[in-house]
Amino acid sequence: MTTEARTLEANAGGHGHDDHGGAAHHGAAHGSLKSYLIGFGLSVVLTAVPFWLVMTGAIADKAVTALIVLVLAAVQIVVHMIYFLHMNTRSENGWTMMAMIFTVIMVVIALTGSLWVMHHLNVNMMPIHDMSQMP
Amino acid sequence: MTVATVSTQSSEPVFHVLDEHAHPEGASTMLGFWIYLMSDCLIFAMLFATYGVLGGNYAAGPAPKDLFDLKLVALNTTMLLLSSITYGFAMLTMEKSRIDATQAWLAITGLFGLAFLGIELTEFAHMIHEGATPQRSAFLSSFFTLVGTHGLHVTFGLVWLVTLMVQTARFGLTEANRRRLMCLSMFWHFLDVVWIGVFTFVYLLGMLR
Repeated sequence: MTTEARTLEANAGGHGHDDHGGAAHHGAAHGSLKSYLIGFGLSVVLTAVPFWLVMTGAIADKAVTALIVLVLAAVQIVVHMIYFLHMNTRSENGWTMMAMIFTVIMVVIALTGSLWVMHHLNVNMMPIHDMSQMP
Repeated sequence: MTVATVSTQSSEPVFHVLDEHAHPEGASTMLGFWIYLMSDCLIFAMLFATYGVLGGNYAAGPAPKDLFDLKLVALNTTMLLLSSITYGFAMLTMEKSRIDATQAWLAITGLFGLAFLGIELTEFAHMIHEGATPQRSAFLSSFFTLVGTHGLHVTFGLVWLVTLMVQTARFGLTEANRRRLMCLSMFWHFLDVVWIGVFTFVYLLGMLR
């Protein structure tokens, strides 16, 4: 809607701004019984499988188990976002999605940055007691 | 659309909105609350990073394998997941304006939340009893900070839940109460999302270490 068109509506005394808030938006932010049950069912599976993998040690290779557990967690977070938090590109004219994308970028930078820097600090600083035995 | 188009509608051209733009009460609450949740997300990201950096420093003390009971964590996770779906049911009944059913589902959600907290506190008490206190090692400091912060969030969520149940009992499912319940819904589901990170990074990967 252009500014001019809004002006006309405002002058006409109409309620042309209802689509900015109130029921229209909040309606989009609700789930249905079906979507809640789908989300719950997926979550149960995506929780049970990693717990089962770690508790039984079904896969001998720990690195492979860890990788599967991480992937399942990432998938479950997306499932929760869609079915429980009702994330989509439309709610609040896309601003919730923009805020989330920004946050995800910040989180990725902070997490990988911290872990990367501290890992290298550990690797380079830890064997300091061995240095004295060096020729 | 040009100015000329407007001027054809009335004798005097209008270039801007003269009156204060009307915003219905609470129109921006959900977006604002979502941005608050995103800031909370950054707090948890920092605590996860801290745990990731310090989580391997046991200071010759107990390691995850000596402390964690995955059966208890699985039970805990089940409680939180069940509380998420029951809160969803509360939202669905709220939409149909069934106040008694909404209150009942909120109460059930609160009980699952209490069960989660009870199990978590039992675990903490057991660990502290065994000498695995936050002071014992960097791993335990970061563990209690991360998991404890999540637990505190759940605690405040429960206080909020009881508050809103009282508000709903007194004033009914008014527009303001619906909005508040929807904010708590986001908060509650968000805590479940954070818990996915906790049980994955802290408990499951800790046992694989």
